Amino acid sequence: MIEIRNLHKSYGAQPVIRGIDLTITKGEVLCLIGASGSGKSTLLQCINGLEPIDSGQILVDGIEVHARGTNINQLRQKLGLVFQQYNAFPHLTALENVALAPRIVKGMSRAQARELAREHLAYVGLGDKVDAKPARLSGGQQQRLAIARALAMAPDYMLFGEVLDTIRKLKARGLTLIMVTHDIGFARESADRVAFFDQGHICEIGAARQVICEPREERTRQFLQRVLS
Amino acid sequence: MQFSLTPYAGLQWSDLWFILEGGLSTILLSVVSGAAGTILGCALGWLRERSPVFSWLMAFPVDVIRSVPLIIQFILVNSLFSALGVPLDPLEVGLLTLSLYMGMQTSELVRAGIRAVPVQLQKAGRSLGMTGWQVERCITVPLVLRTMLPAWIGTLIGLTKDTALVSVVGYIELLRAAQIVITRSNEALLILLGVGLFYFVICYPISKYGRWLEQRI
Amino acid sequence: MFDYAFYWSMVWAKFPMLLDGAFLTIQITVLSVVLGLLAAIPLALWRRNGKGALALFASAWIESARNTPALFQIYMAYFGLGAVGLHLSSYTALLIAIVFNNAGYLAEVLRGGLEGVAPQQAPAARSLGMNAFQSFTYVIFPQLFRIIFFPFVNQVNWALLNTSLGMMIGLRELTGATQMAQAESFRTFEFFLVAAGMYYVIAKIISLGALTAAWRIFRD
Repeated sequence: MIEIRNLHKSYGAQPVIRGIDLTITKGEVLCLIGASGSGKSTLLQCINGLEPIDSGQILVDGIEVHARGTNINQLRQKLGLVFQQYNAFPHLTALENVALAPRIVKGMSRAQARELAREHLAYVGLGDKVDAKPARLSGGQQQRLAIARALAMAPDYMLFGEVLDTIRKLKARGLTLIMVTHDIGFARESADRVAFFDQGHICEIGAARQVICEPREERTRQFLQRVLS
Repeated sequence: MQFSLTPYAGLQWSDLWFILEGGLSTILLSVVSGAAGTILGCALGWLRERSPVFSWLMAFPVDVIRSVPLIIQFILVNSLFSALGVPLDPLEVGLLTLSLYMGMQTSELVRAGIRAVPVQLQKAGRSLGMTGWQVERCITVPLVLRTMLPAWIGTLIGLTKDTALVSVVGYIELLRAAQIVITRSNEALLILLGVGLFYFVICYPISKYGRWLEQRI
Repeated sequence: MFDYAFYWSMVWAKFPMLLDGAFLTIQITVLSVVLGLLAAIPLALWRRNGKGALALFASAWIESARNTPALFQIYMAYFGLGAVGLHLSSYTALLIAIVFNNAGYLAEVLRGGLEGVAPQQAPAARSLGMNAFQSFTYVIFPQLFRIIFFPFVNQVNWALLNTSLGMMIGLRELTGATQMAQAESFRTFEFFLVAAGMYYVIAKIISLGALTAAWRIFRD
């Protein structure tokens, strides 16, 4: 379970997250929608500690992410992050990209890590590209590589920021998925809950169908109208 | 006329003039061998890219001139011509050697520039009915000049600094003039700093300009 | 006109002197590159990320090293420092000057490397659970190395050529030794031709070594 309590964050003088309370239960699929700059992607980066916070708390399975004594590297193994700009390591082949972290962070043997990498690359549909360098892969393929790389660490939660190919079969693996998306159709069909972000706080959150088809808040309605037309 | 720059005695205005003359010599050397070398290098580089035989022939000489210290090149040119009975004066040695050196460096830049022009552009030109010559003139040459300009500026600056080495065959350029005055007047630090400033004032703005050009391209 | 006879045997007689000079040349080259690199690392970092005084210091060093002749820097070390009471030997002065020079150029090479690695590589690695050391060693450094490799080798060559300036302050590295060796017999051309050949051989060894290293490390 991920708990976010009264989170505030600014970039310098610019407030980006203005008081967010959110609880994400295990196994659920949560989609974050909203205009750019409303804080969705920043929230994901705060959850895995890549961005510092100003006040509030984020707890992952009871461990406070931004507390001093927390072993953040260990925590990050539970949180898989796939962001469009966190691209592949260009100097390694696809296989080496996926096998690297399991080997050096989890201490797997080279052979084990490579086997694991092969499995995951096949899973995302890159089975025939194991020896290719990222420069030879298309944008979509590079993103699937990033997904395979994150999955290989066996996380409990996956955080997605604006991915191109969303992989729907990840739901079947029982992972908790938190994703930023502009694909309202996908959010409606595949998400359990949808949270609408407006200027740094959550304006409305609820069951996917409800928020998208029968939004309670006026701002949500305006946003959806603009986006869907 | 004796005018002391107090509190350091021994430095005269004539010394300053002597050093400035050295500065002019430096500039003369840089400009002339820079120009001659560039022309030589453009011809050389272009020929190398268009004629595989020529390229192969030139590979060794170019390599040698870029791998042997300039001081030794000056001494070799000087002693070779003396040995052959046609002694050159220091300025001639300097101009000849530096032009050759600049030519070799420039030729490598030109080659890199020509190689950087995508073949598709030349094909596009030909398919529009342009002749080979027209493609070279209107497409290749402008592109090559644009690509190599920043690097060429850098090479020119390097050449300016290398003129300081011609003193080894007796030519009195800026640094040598300074050294002579230092030995006479014992004002090493002051003179050296002045000379350093001279080089800096010439090289720094030009290199900044080169970097600015690089960003634009 | 061609009444000059080439006396190569005289060069051969003095060859050991040249060889000693060559060893000194190689020693200074290697030492100056290593020390120059060590100095270049903080310089590059300070220029990029340093605050005020450090960034200014780094810029001043880098720009004066790159915009003044190497010979000038050598004279500063030898005569300039001498004028303020610090009398260095030819060896030390040459070394200090070439280290100063190398550091300036290498700092720019490093800058190119740092700017060449996408800034998102580090967070990408960290988000997989790697710590800072692991992310640098396995992700950042390999990319950095590939970018700076050939410019770095160029700089080694540059340092080699600059050691010849030691002759101007009386040091008996290869060029200085050659100068001394030919002083008796005045066979200037022959002696310096051999010296030129030796420099060429050393330069070739360096580039051969670099190509071999490149082939082994960058197995693409």
